[in-house]
Amino acid sequence: LTIDRTESPMVQRRHAEDEYAHELATLAVGDDRIRPPGWKLSPAAVVTYLLGGQAADGTPVTPKYIGSRRLIEVAVATLATDRALLLLGVPGTAKTWVSEHLAAAISGDSTLLVQGTAGTPEEAIRYGWNYARLLADGPSAAALVESPVLRAMSEGRIARVEELTRLPSDVQDSLITVLSERTLPIPELGGEVQARKGFNLIATANDRDRGVNELSSALRRRFNTVVLPVPAGMEEEVDIVTRRVVELGRALELPEVPPAVDEIRRVVTVFRELRNGLTEDGRTKLKSPSGTLSTAEAISVVTNGLALATHFGDGKLRAVDVAAGIVGSVVRDPVSDQVVWREYLETVVRERDGWRDFYRAAREA
Amino acid sequence: MSAANGRTPDPILLGVRHHGPGSARAVRRALSAYQPDVVLIEGPPEADPLVPLAGDEDMRAPVALLAYPAAGDPRKQAAFWPFAEFSPEWQALRWAAAHEVPVKFVDLPAAVHLAAEDAPRRESGVRSDPVGALATAAGYDDPERWWEDVVEHRFDRPGAADELAAALGPFLAIGEAMAEVRAHTPAPPEAERVEEERREAAMRVGLRTALRGYDRVAVVCGAWHVPALTAPLSTAAADAAVLRGLPKVKVAMTWVPWTHARLATGQGYGAGVRSPGWYHHLFVTLQDPVPRWLVRAAAVLRRDGVPVSSAHVIEAARLADALATMRGRPLPGLVEVTDAALAVLCEGDPLRLELIQRRLVVGERLGRVPQRTPGVPIARDVAAAQRRLRLPPQPLPREMDLDLRREIDLERSRLLHRLGVLGVNWGMALAHRRGRGTFWESWRLAWQPEFAVDLVAASAYGTTVRDAATARVAEQAAAAASLAEVTALVERCLLAELPEGLPTVLRALDERMALDHDVAHLMDALPALARTLRYGDVRRTDLPALRHVTDGLITRIWAGLPAAVGGLDDAAAAGMRDRIDAVHAAVALLDQPDLTARWHDTLAALSTRDDVHGLLAGRLNRLMLDVGLLDVEAARGRMSLILTTGVPVARAAAWIEGFLTGDGLLLVHDERLLRLVDGWLTGIPPEAFVEALPLLRRTFSEYPAPQRRQIGERAVRLGSSDDGRPAGAEQPDIDDERADLVVPTVRALLGRRV
Repeated sequence: LTIDRTESPMVQRRHAEDEYAHELATLAVGDDRIRPPGWKLSPAAVVTYLLGGQAADGTPVTPKYIGSRRLIEVAVATLATDRALLLLGVPGTAKTWVSEHLAAAISGDSTLLVQGTAGTPEEAIRYGWNYARLLADGPSAAALVESPVLRAMSEGRIARVEELTRLPSDVQDSLITVLSERTLPIPELGGEVQARKGFNLIATANDRDRGVNELSSALRRRFNTVVLPVPAGMEEEVDIVTRRVVELGRALELPEVPPAVDEIRRVVTVFRELRNGLTEDGRTKLKSPSGTLSTAEAISVVTNGLALATHFGDGKLRAVDVAAGIVGSVVRDPVSDQVVWREYLETVVRERDGWRDFYRAAREA
Repeated sequence: MSAANGRTPDPILLGVRHHGPGSARAVRRALSAYQPDVVLIEGPPEADPLVPLAGDEDMRAPVALLAYPAAGDPRKQAAFWPFAEFSPEWQALRWAAAHEVPVKFVDLPAAVHLAAEDAPRRESGVRSDPVGALATAAGYDDPERWWEDVVEHRFDRPGAADELAAALGPFLAIGEAMAEVRAHTPAPPEAERVEEERREAAMRVGLRTALRGYDRVAVVCGAWHVPALTAPLSTAAADAAVLRGLPKVKVAMTWVPWTHARLATGQGYGAGVRSPGWYHHLFVTLQDPVPRWLVRAAAVLRRDGVPVSSAHVIEAARLADALATMRGRPLPGLVEVTDAALAVLCEGDPLRLELIQRRLVVGERLGRVPQRTPGVPIARDVAAAQRRLRLPPQPLPREMDLDLRREIDLERSRLLHRLGVLGVNWGMALAHRRGRGTFWESWRLAWQPEFAVDLVAASAYGTTVRDAATARVAEQAAAAASLAEVTALVERCLLAELPEGLPTVLRALDERMALDHDVAHLMDALPALARTLRYGDVRRTDLPALRHVTDGLITRIWAGLPAAVGGLDDAAAAGMRDRIDAVHAAVALLDQPDLTARWHDTLAALSTRDDVHGLLAGRLNRLMLDVGLLDVEAARGRMSLILTTGVPVARAAAWIEGFLTGDGLLLVHDERLLRLVDGWLTGIPPEAFVEALPLLRRTFSEYPAPQRRQIGERAVRLGSSDDGRPAGAEQPDIDDERADLVVPTVRALLGRRV
């Protein structure tokens, strides 16, 4: 077993800073605006990296996040003011994605990551000990096992905490000193680690399941909050789904299937209408089901449908292939969601031109 | 130039941004520096007599000048010229009032305005807000910040020697910029161009008149018009030619109170001001507007129980600054402040931001006008109606019965209902008196002096009671939170006869019912709609819209009903039974084959479910039997299944109640059903019988007496055919001789021959 950071073409997923190393490098070269201390790029260049555009020499920069410019600007400005950033949103709104790319663009390193779970210990935020060393030599810097947060502090980089609200409350609160005093005392060594300039923290949390471990107000007020919304427009969402489906299909090495834009559009339409509680033409209001119906789910419904069509069908994505997936995403609660879904089928789908096949498939599913 | 002739100096032209706080400040400063003899303000000349009221100490902005036709067609649109505290025109008025300088309004008269065939035209695009257009072109999304950065900061040199030159500097620059803008803006549509030509001619006429009478003239008008008023003016003859022969109507004008919210929705000068609260803040706050604004935002949140600390405010101010720097702006504007408030003060919660938007950015300021302000048209309309309907306003309560078959009483009823919609509760509807038909209404009338104020408030909705009530109903429908509220509004619309309001209310109903998860509410809403649809008792009701809404309602009812009928307790089941009956009747009333067929399918699917309360299951089966979905044979089969020992007595009794309630003829005519019931009844064990008795009594006591008697007679005959015959077949040993001995006594007791 070797653990290292060497790049291998066989890794399933490459880090953002490796995947987009070229874009980051070109942006840095042409970036003549003031960079906050410890930052690899100026705030404006970070925004360009995330939202896409052009580097100074005309190299195109692909958009990483498709959505509101104002949100990304607030996020970057937050990090530039030394405030920690809390990205909120329902599942599947690209919180982790944005946090990874922000870290990659600002510090060139998106790997200083703590995954929040119910079992995450305090050592994951502070530090642990290499017990063999500790027993042999006593407390020493060499016996100390740094947490990603501690490393980010000492190197002046961005640390990331995923699913902050899943962390137990006492573990969450160990972040307070880090964020307010910008220091982490290590009493065993009789010292402390002070954060270098450039250190900051991006946390993500899901605002759907509130009350998992609600943040204490002391911690909460160290963060500026940015809520990532579900995509605003139909075309935007179709664009996101299509892009990601193609990327995923390539990763899963599914045979090239012609991109069935019509079917994708239908999936996105159903998701959007039920999520917004309003038909796309704005005429009919609808009830919303209990599930989140995120873009990520739409992506998985389409990918799933593609796999079905490839392996069991005629290789062309049809209504039947996506219907079961859609019903599964919508009907999470067997009673109330069933009502919502039936009402939607009967009042909207049944009367829509060209949706006959989908109506039949959905009734059977 | 006239100044060179030594006669009069040129007037000063203060081109402003309507409702621009920066302009307002600059106007005050310029007026103070120039000390004019007369101030001309863009606005209808008919308002001149109302100017003194603007200086009244009881006058509070926001207020509006209201012009309405003094006579003739009351349905003609009224026109408003609203002023906020931060409006340059208002500041000019207040300055003039405080310094006892006369004010003249210069513009096309309201008389011409209201005489125009179509609704009053408004300037559009760059014409309505040329300063905003300049700001946008310079990359600002908040024109007021542009004014501050570019106009004020550039001209406001501290210690400038000549205060007048400093105060007029911005206006000269704006005038020059406008000349450029006007030269490069494409011509508007013909109608708009003619309108503009006339308005500017009227302004020039007013300006010439003023120049004849006064030495020092100041003009406050939209920046767009400055080049048109700049010397050399076109000839008086040319302007007179433009204005000759325009149609006019007689108008009356008054001041009415206005609100910030109404400013935001946009009527009158310029378009809607989206952030009157922010502008007001910018106008009254001279130092550190951003931190002060955030402090106020924090106060708004705290008032609603959201804990916001001073540390939050500090961080929000820092973020706003950082955002402004990143976006390359010298100072944070409303956009940056809003973003910072959302990220820090509201912790990302859009609902809290909504609170700030409503309370602060738009604001809740309500204006006030002095007591001696002339009356509003709606009050005249009410007075006219009171005379016509011989219904004088009297403060002492009195009761009154209206017979809606009489035209005058029907009109009285409508007036009272409409005033009720407007919040003028002159009449209070009393409960129907017993024993009278639905064409009777009883009211208690009492006129209160405060109604005059309510009518002034209502005047913002329209010039007649009918129009105002229609607009008010539409507003209420949009704001209604629940389906029940909207359903009540539909009822009010029908009672007050507001056919123009109905479409909006129906649209709201359509939306609310889509969101309402309680099928019961939907079911409650249906009968009234079905009745209206069937009998069309409202004139000019939008029937297709109503039909669309009703169809949607029924579809939603049958989609939601299966989930709503399971697991109900006795009381809820009884309520649901009544609702199902009502919907059933409504569907029958509508008499549309496809609706009826789907409703019947729903009934059939529900009728055999075991988790449905007995009362409902019985009722559903009965409805199916009545419409022929179930033949008598099948119904008997279902009843016999229920009336077996495996089913708890309570459920069976409830089933019987549901099945038999209302009409007993079924039992009279179908002996086999009666036999089933009879057999079950006699087989109930004594302790369970006590439990079932109240239900049974309730069921049977509702039948009319003759039916009860007939059922009783049938039941007796059942007994004789069931138990009597076998008794006759196996005769016990009777001693005839001894029996004969008792016969006379029995005969005497029964009074008949045996």
